[in-house]
Amino acid sequence: MIVYLFILLAVLAIGSALAMVINKNVVNSALFLVINMVSLAGIYLLLNAQFLAVIQILVYAGAIMVLFLFVIMLLNVEDEEKLFDKFRVKYFLAFILGAAVVGQIFYSIAGVTDMLPEISSNMAEIGTVEEAGDVLYTKYLLPFEMTAILLTAAVVGALMVAQYKIKKG
Amino acid sequence: MLEIDWFLGISAIMFSIGIIGVLIRRNAVVIFMCVELMLNAVNLTLVSFSSFHGNIDGQIFVFFALAVAAAEAVVGLAIIIAIFRNNLTVDVTEINLLRW
Repeated sequence: MIVYLFILLAVLAIGSALAMVINKNVVNSALFLVINMVSLAGIYLLLNAQFLAVIQILVYAGAIMVLFLFVIMLLNVEDEEKLFDKFRVKYFLAFILGAAVVGQIFYSIAGVTDMLPEISSNMAEIGTVEEAGDVLYTKYLLPFEMTAILLTAAVVGALMVAQYKIKKG
Repeated sequence: MLEIDWFLGISAIMFSIGIIGVLIRRNAVVIFMCVELMLNAVNLTLVSFSSFHGNIDGQIFVFFALAVAAAEAVVGLAIIIAIFRNNLTVDVTEINLLRW
């Protein structure tokens, strides 16, 4: 049962990622990315990482994708007329490079999985909010506070960059 | 039952789709979304190792990576808006001010 759920979510994630890349309309690309984020949150649930699944939907599918859609609507980005207008060496090289990266990572995975210590198929119940919060507010308290400073700096920087007035002439 | 190889395989495929998207797309916003896709693929690797090892540290790292990704998205989109204001386009083949 859980295997079928995994296969469904995996097909959904990879299919929506592919659809995002080959879709001409920018808004459709963003919406396919939302599907990808939600199915990734489902995969996190299969991995017993409930906290991260909720955070993924809240932060990515909620906040970041709304920001992307807002910018797309604001800029009135036109569609790319043709994605593959004619055969270009660039596209060919891109697919060669993508296939090479897949092959390399698969080769690494195949070579290393039997050397990992004690990887069992029954996952521990560690991804709950209690466990995550316990570690987050004790062991990782300083990075947590640094994240707050980083987010503040990012907001201020974004305002500065986006508000910048260009001098004409 | 589920094996860790499957999760790592999905992560690898998603990462490579992101690479191909960055290389072939011309719209800066879509390139940015492909970068987010690659970030998510790596997050999936961290979470799967974390829960198969029974160690929460990987998931905490993903939490921080999410926060940094949010900050990066905000600043990157602000830069895209600034570029659009200068050039009236987000096509990366036409933004060639820094190209020799």
